[in-house]
Amino acid sequence: MVIYGVYIVSKSGGLIFNHDHNIVKTEHLKTFKYPLDLKLEFENKKIVVNFGSKDGIQVGHVLLAVDKIPVSGRQLSDGRDVWEILEDPKNFPLSLTFGRPKMTTNEKIFLASMFYPLFAIASQLSPEPRSSGIKVLEADTFKLHCFQTLTGVKFITISEPHQTGMEPLLKKIYELYADYALKNPFYSLEMPIRCELFESNLQNLLEQVEKTGISNV
Amino acid sequence: MTIYNFYLFDKNGTLLYYAEWFRVKQSGMTREEEGKLMYGMLFSLKTFVTRISPMDVKEGFLYYKTSKYVLNYFETPTGLKFVLNTDIVSPNNRDILQQIYSQIYVEYVVKNPLCSMNEAIESELFKTKLDEFIKRTPIYSVRSV
Repeated sequence: MVIYGVYIVSKSGGLIFNHDHNIVKTEHLKTFKYPLDLKLEFENKKIVVNFGSKDGIQVGHVLLAVDKIPVSGRQLSDGRDVWEILEDPKNFPLSLTFGRPKMTTNEKIFLASMFYPLFAIASQLSPEPRSSGIKVLEADTFKLHCFQTLTGVKFITISEPHQTGMEPLLKKIYELYADYALKNPFYSLEMPIRCELFESNLQNLLEQVEKTGISNV
Repeated sequence: MTIYNFYLFDKNGTLLYYAEWFRVKQSGMTREEEGKLMYGMLFSLKTFVTRISPMDVKEGFLYYKTSKYVLNYFETPTGLKFVLNTDIVSPNNRDILQQIYSQIYVEYVVKNPLCSMNEAIESELFKTKLDEFIKRTPIYSVRSV
């Protein structure tokens, strides 16, 4: 049983808390000969696989390192341009590391604010009156559960598709939020939550749920 | 109330076909506008899902559920998007969408030389066959309280 992350979105749609629980690391190291049998492209300040997949490397993965030297943007950390290295047959064979792009904090904020209108439109396009927004969203790799409090705060968890008992867990997280974030005199509403007690309690709760299930909490 | 409505979009976002059965609430906009809103939401959902997913996705978004309905989503590799809103009793109805694609859309639209692609479907045959098919599905007749 795995929970991947917890997000809390404020009434106005901003991300006020996020916690990554189990980070799945996908990294593939492979030695390549010239010419490369993957089509790479430079977009969003990353070198992305555009076409071709082999040995776990998939379309959408980004180039993380060349000969174990980390890549940032299109430069290696020693200042060389990655594109020039890849185009020169003399540099081959090269060992390249590819992996899923890591989500930056900015991207998380962006995604959280993206969920807000989706939630609203789902309720607007409902074929039945008085529908809530998205409560459960399932994809083939994860399941998202969302719980909106009466005050408009949304608690979101990302878990494995078959993880059960997420609704009571969300209520429990709400309880922790009420206890440790709202009762903290240094916490101002709608602002990012930086309360150590909240974080450590949440961490404990998630670990307990993963070990023994929600019924024992 | 079981199967509410059905949308079919092509890869460019054109609303090819719309049908409804037990829809109670109208969205208060024209069908065209509603189609655009729906397509925009699906498009965003797709990007949202691929980016928030902890692993590489294959099929991506499958369905979402609110307190009143479930939106089932099926996309073919050619970019056709099938959307079916059902009630929350039976959450996953993807096989219905797959059957609509293979048994109704391919048979009565793709194999009909008079139906032009990328345009709203006007074929009466498609309409009746889809209606028959939906009415034959087991979840159509289930009445929830």
